[in-house]
Amino acid sequence: MGNAVTINAVTIYVPCDAAAVSVGADDVAAALEKEAKLRGIDINIVRNGSRGMLWLEPLVEVETDKGRTGNGRIAYGPVNPEDITSLFDASFLKGGDHKLAHGLTENIPYFANQERLTFARCGIIDPLDLSDYEAHGGLAGLHKAQAMSPDAIVDTVAKSGLRGRGGAGFPTGIKWKTALEAKVDQKYICANADEGDSGTFADRMLMEGDPFSLLEGMTIAGLAVGATIGYIYIRSEYPHAVKTMRRAVEIWQDADLLKDKVFTIHVRMGAGAYICGEETSMLESLEGKRGQVKVKPPIPAIEGLFGKPTIINNVLSLASVPIILDKGAKFYEDFGQGRSRGTQPFQLGGDIKRGGLVEKAFGVSLRELVEDFGGGTRSGKPVRTVQAGGPLGAYIPPSEFDVEMDYEKLAEAGAMLGHGGIVVFNQDVDMAKQARFAMKFCEVESCGKCTPCRIGSQRGKETLDKIITGQDVEDNLELLEDICELMTEGSLCAMGGLTPMPVRSAIKHFPKDFIGT
Amino acid sequence: MALLIEKDFGTKANTSTQIVNLEIDGKPVTAQAGVSVMHAAEKAGINIPKLCATDSLEAFGSCRLCLVEIEGRRGTPASCTTPVDDGMSVTTQSEKLLRLRKNTMELYLSDTDSDEALINFAQEFGLDSKQGEIRYDAPACAQDKDQTNPYFTFDPSACIVCSRCVRACDEVQGTFALTIEGRGSASKVVAGMAEGFMDSECVSCGACVQACPTGALVENDVLAKGVPDKTVLTTCAYCGVGCSFKAELKDDELIRMVPWKDGGANHGHSCVKGRFAYTYATHEDRITKPMIRENTSDPWQEVSWDTALNFAAKRLKDTQDKHGIKSIGGITSSRCTNEEVWLVMKLIRAGFGNNNVDTCARVCHSPTGYGLMQAFGESAGTQNFDSVMHADTILVIGSNPTDAHPVFGSQMKQRLRQKNKEGAKLIVADPRAIDLVKTPYVKADYHLALTPGTNVALINAMSHVIVTEGLIDAEFAANRCDQKSLSSWTDFITDPMNSPEVMAPITGVPADDIRGAARLYAKANNAAIYYGLGVTEHSQGSTMVMAMANLAMITGNIGRPGVGVNPMRGQNNVQGSCDMGSFPHQFSGYRDVSDDATRSLFEDKWQRTLDPVPGFKIPNMFNEAVAGAYKGMYIQGEDVAQSDPNIHHVEAALRNLDILIVQDLFLNETARFAHVFLPGTSFLEKDGTFINAERRINRVRPVMPSPTGKQEWEVTQDLGRAMGYDMDHESSSGIWDEIAGLTPVFANVSFSELDKRGSVQWPFNDDNPEGAEIMHVKEFTRGKGNFVLTEYIPTEERTNRKFPLILTTGRILSQYNVGAQTRRTENRKWSAEDYLEIHPSDADAFGIGENTWVSIKSRKGETSLRAKISERMTPGVVYTTFHHPESGANIVTTENSDWATECPEYKVTAVRVTPSNHRSDWQQEHDLTAKPSRQVIVEPAE
Repeated sequence: MGNAVTINAVTIYVPCDAAAVSVGADDVAAALEKEAKLRGIDINIVRNGSRGMLWLEPLVEVETDKGRTGNGRIAYGPVNPEDITSLFDASFLKGGDHKLAHGLTENIPYFANQERLTFARCGIIDPLDLSDYEAHGGLAGLHKAQAMSPDAIVDTVAKSGLRGRGGAGFPTGIKWKTALEAKVDQKYICANADEGDSGTFADRMLMEGDPFSLLEGMTIAGLAVGATIGYIYIRSEYPHAVKTMRRAVEIWQDADLLKDKVFTIHVRMGAGAYICGEETSMLESLEGKRGQVKVKPPIPAIEGLFGKPTIINNVLSLASVPIILDKGAKFYEDFGQGRSRGTQPFQLGGDIKRGGLVEKAFGVSLRELVEDFGGGTRSGKPVRTVQAGGPLGAYIPPSEFDVEMDYEKLAEAGAMLGHGGIVVFNQDVDMAKQARFAMKFCEVESCGKCTPCRIGSQRGKETLDKIITGQDVEDNLELLEDICELMTEGSLCAMGGLTPMPVRSAIKHFPKDFIGT
Repeated sequence: MALLIEKDFGTKANTSTQIVNLEIDGKPVTAQAGVSVMHAAEKAGINIPKLCATDSLEAFGSCRLCLVEIEGRRGTPASCTTPVDDGMSVTTQSEKLLRLRKNTMELYLSDTDSDEALINFAQEFGLDSKQGEIRYDAPACAQDKDQTNPYFTFDPSACIVCSRCVRACDEVQGTFALTIEGRGSASKVVAGMAEGFMDSECVSCGACVQACPTGALVENDVLAKGVPDKTVLTTCAYCGVGCSFKAELKDDELIRMVPWKDGGANHGHSCVKGRFAYTYATHEDRITKPMIRENTSDPWQEVSWDTALNFAAKRLKDTQDKHGIKSIGGITSSRCTNEEVWLVMKLIRAGFGNNNVDTCARVCHSPTGYGLMQAFGESAGTQNFDSVMHADTILVIGSNPTDAHPVFGSQMKQRLRQKNKEGAKLIVADPRAIDLVKTPYVKADYHLALTPGTNVALINAMSHVIVTEGLIDAEFAANRCDQKSLSSWTDFITDPMNSPEVMAPITGVPADDIRGAARLYAKANNAAIYYGLGVTEHSQGSTMVMAMANLAMITGNIGRPGVGVNPMRGQNNVQGSCDMGSFPHQFSGYRDVSDDATRSLFEDKWQRTLDPVPGFKIPNMFNEAVAGAYKGMYIQGEDVAQSDPNIHHVEAALRNLDILIVQDLFLNETARFAHVFLPGTSFLEKDGTFINAERRINRVRPVMPSPTGKQEWEVTQDLGRAMGYDMDHESSSGIWDEIAGLTPVFANVSFSELDKRGSVQWPFNDDNPEGAEIMHVKEFTRGKGNFVLTEYIPTEERTNRKFPLILTTGRILSQYNVGAQTRRTENRKWSAEDYLEIHPSDADAFGIGENTWVSIKSRKGETSLRAKISERMTPGVVYTTFHHPESGANIVTTENSDWATECPEYKVTAVRVTPSNHRSDWQQEHDLTAKPSRQVIVEPAE
């Protein structure tokens, strides 16, 4: 990013997304630059976000005159620095054929079969170019919101059917209405970017690839409920996202989009605690305290940050708001099924051939995601299970892969959507060890406040150790169920309350892994 | 009584007037809207198990033992965090709930090391750990105990991480010294940054110990001596807050003091002094036998009571025979009970036959009595402590509540921290940055770091702003105040000479800050003033009290909760000793001795003719003694040779006496000059009453027998008898009845009424059948509020090139007054000596290093202390405490005093501070003579 555009130079896109960088995108960009210079060719490298096709990263795209819009990008990937010479030799700058070429990016089935609303710009624009953002539909939602009354904004969001994408699925419109109705001097908007679930990366990808959409969503939320200050709480493990968001905030504030109104956004970095993704813990952390769960009531929309009404929404929820305002509630509501409206960015990971982000309307089956998009396992071994919804989500066996992915259908199947993470395991997985991992994860990541979560997870882990080593298995399975019941029924928040979900689902679907040894 | 176990409702009550109806276990229950299901159940006599919940703290919801089932709701919500709702149907007992609770207790027992409390509690759920019913492996071995605090021990292996200690420290005490370190299974309670209790910010208030539901935090005396089995309700004998305590005993030995939940002043909270620092009562220095000596150079001789009292009586009478009836007198103590004070006062007026009685309140709050009487017609604070919870702006001036009145300081901080209900704004006027200026979650909106001695200038300037900017409460001023005085005061205060711009260079406070603070005070719905000795102990002390009264009246901040003018009384019974009329010019109820009608009441009762002429105030007594006209004193519970200003002068006076009787627990500094020592009683042995700063009459009940064999009032009575004046009282209760009979504001107060009600706030009489939490509600005691002109007249004590710094004095948390009590407890671990606090720039200028010895020299005397360099100080001002006799802080203070009451000007002494390598002459002499003067011959003289 930041390269001066050279007239007639070919534009090449190399993602700056952390996932792409982790597999060498920076080296690729440097090699491209070097090779072009060597050959005396002017090129213009744009560090875009990721398209979400992670198995193709680093994905190099070259802008050509091809495609639907006449400026289609030809995809090459995964590109290594040593491939650069051959790419130049193959005239990739003109979209030439190469063993790494995939044709027009927009035609890659993985991409073409998605319904990209929230991620519409991600991977396409320069993340920190506000005019590029606007040229691709950005700010349209904000401009519409500026002409609307707060009630009308809240009403639009409510009618769109948008629900919290962090995992709880609470209707966003109701939350906003509660905060709107509070009559106090100060309100806050908090974006929860403490994306800690294993196998999830959508928040990060969006913040690195289209940060203004989050800022636009927050600003609209501020206009809607009368908040003047926003915080983005980003986990410390996301340094790239923090950097991008901080810069984006500066650009956003400098643009002075609200004129007579004020909405100031601050970026805050977490301190490495999973529990701070839980909203009350996040507020504590934002206030500079130890991240610890608080009881509700009072709910944050009435008494939140510094005791003031506070909207806490997930990054994806907020980033979905601009398009809802731009295209209307009905447009968004027309996606999805039942009470799950709109689209969900699913994240495919684990032992999977084509890992990445798939944004689809609710209702897509798990099988379509794992087999059609994902292409089965990367290792080639048979799929044994997937864990959906993060480390607290259920394990689902292939026999149930036809489940339609929406909040209600998953709940009926004893599973949950969570933040949309899907992690694939092959036949080698030991489900007793996975159950132990769930307890261990809770033992380490619990805030330590309530007893079932704090001590139950320790005893659960130890009891699973006994089961794994074959000690009094029946008695210990009974004891484990007692612990699971207590954690489910007795925990203060979802951390302890949901930890039994992977444990119980593992026992239910794979009993032999527990008594077989 | 047997051990008093107080009912714990689990969560707080509230003041809602809205009532909801619900059903708990099939029983119809009504509750106030907003209370928890747990509170409603407990109130209805339905017990719900709990460990993390206690009704002094906000609901937390961590132990999960109080889970219940609610019809129509999912799962098993915690009853402590679920508010009641109309029509709710709650089940507190079911097979499932029992299983969840039992399994929770099993987790606790798997994680702690055989804590007796937990083991017993688990049995309530049918879980017998002693029978091997725990299905988990035995817990890891015991962890190291934290035994750094001298009063209590923290044993992490008995800790269930319920955070009650942490929350008590946060919510009740407001110190935020404790925290949970780590997360998940690594969560544990630590003090500060895990440096142990003693080295952390912990102020040892003991709220954590009281809150702990297991054996993790326990008083050392309980660990050593066992769990108490008996309770005596009594009142703390330290500061003027007047905390109520449960003294808990085992086999008649005092094991611990636990603040009483129903205590009107403290609501179950305490400080390090009240809760822990009582062992002075059994300290080896305690004198329990009467002693006499011919000359002060002689060693003391232990004698019988009769011998001592006859010796004393004869000397007193001989002195009067030789030097006249007015040549003797006495001083009453604000640390003694009202009944004890009353008898000394009575002995002097009726037995000695003169009015030479004064109280030690002379040297602390006499300007309060005078000033508030002039303005409002009553010599007392206007509010109760709870009033602070309604204040929107709090002005703290010359008072350091978190050190000197810690329990009220905590309550004030609670109000300041209330973020949701718009907690109060805070103005601190103090030359030092006291803790309140910046403490966790509290930050003063204005810290007016004024130059000592310029209070009146500051307050006048604030009033000037309020009047000239039209911020007055015109309606209050018109209806409630005396119009003539108002009009002349308005002329006075609006004069530009009182403007902030003129006063800024005098006070050292920027004019903008004065204006800002004045507006903050005036614009608040409720603004309250809290002040201490930083107001009274000045040459303009009385002027300042009246200036504050003017400020409160002109803004209408009198007569309702959240407002008022509130003196923070230094000692436990300052209010009482004043109310008792132990003044040279006034009887009880602040009635002049010259008033014939009042005097005849007393004469009738006491069967003696009383002197209509006022007697000597304390400073007069010393002056007259130095002059040779005043030759005999009876001093009860007051160490004038340490606490009064200009010790050289005090010592000279005491040396001149023919007879000095000291009644005290210890051979104090004053006793060095005494001929008779009458052993006194500690508050743990007394039977009587104290009156706190909010006019609350509290009962003091004997926890242990007096080791002297006598109550202190009996000794006074016996002295009278030996002098030929028989007072003939049989009990403290009887003495109180005489007080109530002679003092209208106490008319309906009796011991039995106090025992029934716990406490009452005077006036308590037919006009005020429930007492008075707030005074001057409809009209002032004097009718209309009186504005007195309060021109600022600077003190004569000035800095110059020779004495460039101003010394001011005060108190610290762990010590109390002259330290006679606290120095004889483990509290000395927090403060073993007095320091001189000095600002870094002054330290630089005068070549003073941290912790080095410095000489402090005033026009009156010299002493030496070690220096502490502190940014709390304002440049030009140094500070010390006077808790240790050898420090001699009052060697350097002057005899300047309040123009109206002669209250000494402790707070302003011009000094110079220089590096020193030796103790001052006075200190060296003190070191040499202190011990010989206390020599006791143990064998009876006879």
